[in-house]
Amino acid sequence: MSSDKEVIRTRIWEETPEQDNPFAALACYCSGYDVYGEILGNASWFEYLYLLFKQQRPTPEQVSLLETLAVALANPGPRDHSVRAAMNAGVGGSTHAASLIAALAIGAGQNGGAHEVAICMEYWQKCGQDLDEWKNILLNQPEINIDIWCPMEHPPGFDPHGSSCSQPVRQTLTKLAQLSTGVALPWLETNRIELEAVSKTPLAFTGVAAAALIDVGFDPKQGEMLFLLLRLPGAAAHALEQEELGWRNYPFFGDGLTLENDPGPKTIRQDEKTAGAK
Amino acid sequence: MNGPSKLLETEDNWTTKMGAWFAGERVVFRGQDLHVDLKDMSWMELYVYSITGRRFTENQLKVLNAIWTSTSYPEPRLWNNRVTALAGTARSTPTLALSAGMALSEATIYGHRPNVHAIDFLFRAREAIGQGAELLDLIKSELRERRVIGGYGRPLFRSDERIPHMVKLIKEMGMDKGYFTSLAFDIEKILLEGRWRFQMNITGLDAALAADMGFSVREYHLFVTPAFIAGMPPCFQDTNEKTEGTFFPLRCDRIQYEGLKQRNWK
Repeated sequence: MSSDKEVIRTRIWEETPEQDNPFAALACYCSGYDVYGEILGNASWFEYLYLLFKQQRPTPEQVSLLETLAVALANPGPRDHSVRAAMNAGVGGSTHAASLIAALAIGAGQNGGAHEVAICMEYWQKCGQDLDEWKNILLNQPEINIDIWCPMEHPPGFDPHGSSCSQPVRQTLTKLAQLSTGVALPWLETNRIELEAVSKTPLAFTGVAAAALIDVGFDPKQGEMLFLLLRLPGAAAHALEQEELGWRNYPFFGDGLTLENDPGPKTIRQDEKTAGAK
Repeated sequence: MNGPSKLLETEDNWTTKMGAWFAGERVVFRGQDLHVDLKDMSWMELYVYSITGRRFTENQLKVLNAIWTSTSYPEPRLWNNRVTALAGTARSTPTLALSAGMALSEATIYGHRPNVHAIDFLFRAREAIGQGAELLDLIKSELRERRVIGGYGRPLFRSDERIPHMVKLIKEMGMDKGYFTSLAFDIEKILLEGRWRFQMNITGLDAALAADMGFSVREYHLFVTPAFIAGMPPCFQDTNEKTEGTFFPLRCDRIQYEGLKQRNWK
């Protein structure tokens, strides 16, 4: 390659070319490991996922925690905003990519979404296992500069509309805390009730996911990406199902909308309605 | 705990002043009949009405239109446009191409984050000046805290070719003397005279013009969201009409690997 060609710099991926085509790979290496010669068939999906993000192999405990988290997140269910977004693509016959784009765009948000998880992970980095720090930050969330993201409207990691911590959240926290070799999940399980009392909101999946992603060893940007990624399977499956069922079987909230400023019908003369009329 | 009281209130009950479709009959759009009251609006006029609920003068609409047209470049190397070009060469669809291109436009080194920061700085500057602060001190403080001022400086080149054309237009439209527009030029003067040597880019001027037209930060964010989009279809068409996969192909050795040496998995 001539030295004046621009290149893609990467610590993740290396390729050697085929003899007969410089645009086709003979071998691909991920962080030094031969992907198709050795990783394939020997590494699990979650070992490989961790390798891609961290450029090192995970411990068996990290793999187990990440895989269990992925199962917990795989389908937030058809009431979740991101899955609803995907299903709207399905019922209308939009492209399958549109289903996932919709799930990502909506699941990116700060109410149950990936940006909330990232903010929560930043809080973990600031507060660690210091209960007083947590109480302080939950009661006095740091002011942020005006940005494309609005300020959080509730304590990140908690459910603003919850009455108590839901059973699936508690079950997930307990299982992940058992698997974790880190400190965030066990500490969260121990201090959950106190944190909920301070925030006046129950722990949500976002809060459990943030702690788990910290314990696996990810930073907030990596955690945000993984939360987006790991929730796509359910969105895809529900979108396909609703595509089959069709829009007639999907809520339109036909009687649900009330217009407060309806000016009422405007009259159009009969001759104006008729195409070709003179 | 708050509990689900707000959810119970809104279950099957969405109350709005924004609009509704009366199927087969009419559409109400912010209190107006779309097909009757708003039928003569241009698309731009309707778009800014949709965001603000307000109507704009003919001259204001010309300037708003110019904010979009002046920043729509059919240049397939620019990052958001490049995505639409990649969609074409990969034989994806037009809507996916433009959606992806628009999603990228909410960027940090260009696009909507600087747009939001630019108009926000102008509003904060007005407030501080109203409380007696000096503009020079505000600029120094902003640079100390955030290292940049939205709307000044540019990632690839120092000067912005769009500025003289926009200045000419706003003079013709009589819109060059607004409070925020004057403030934007005052900021540039200080930045050019100081050691910073930052020129205003179009983001700074556009934000000032929008502020003078009464846009809030959030309204302006929505207004600029499609600002690059007219430059994207040519990028898509060009690569879509040529041989598939041929848009700036990369040979294997264009990947410059800087990671760990080859090793065995087992």
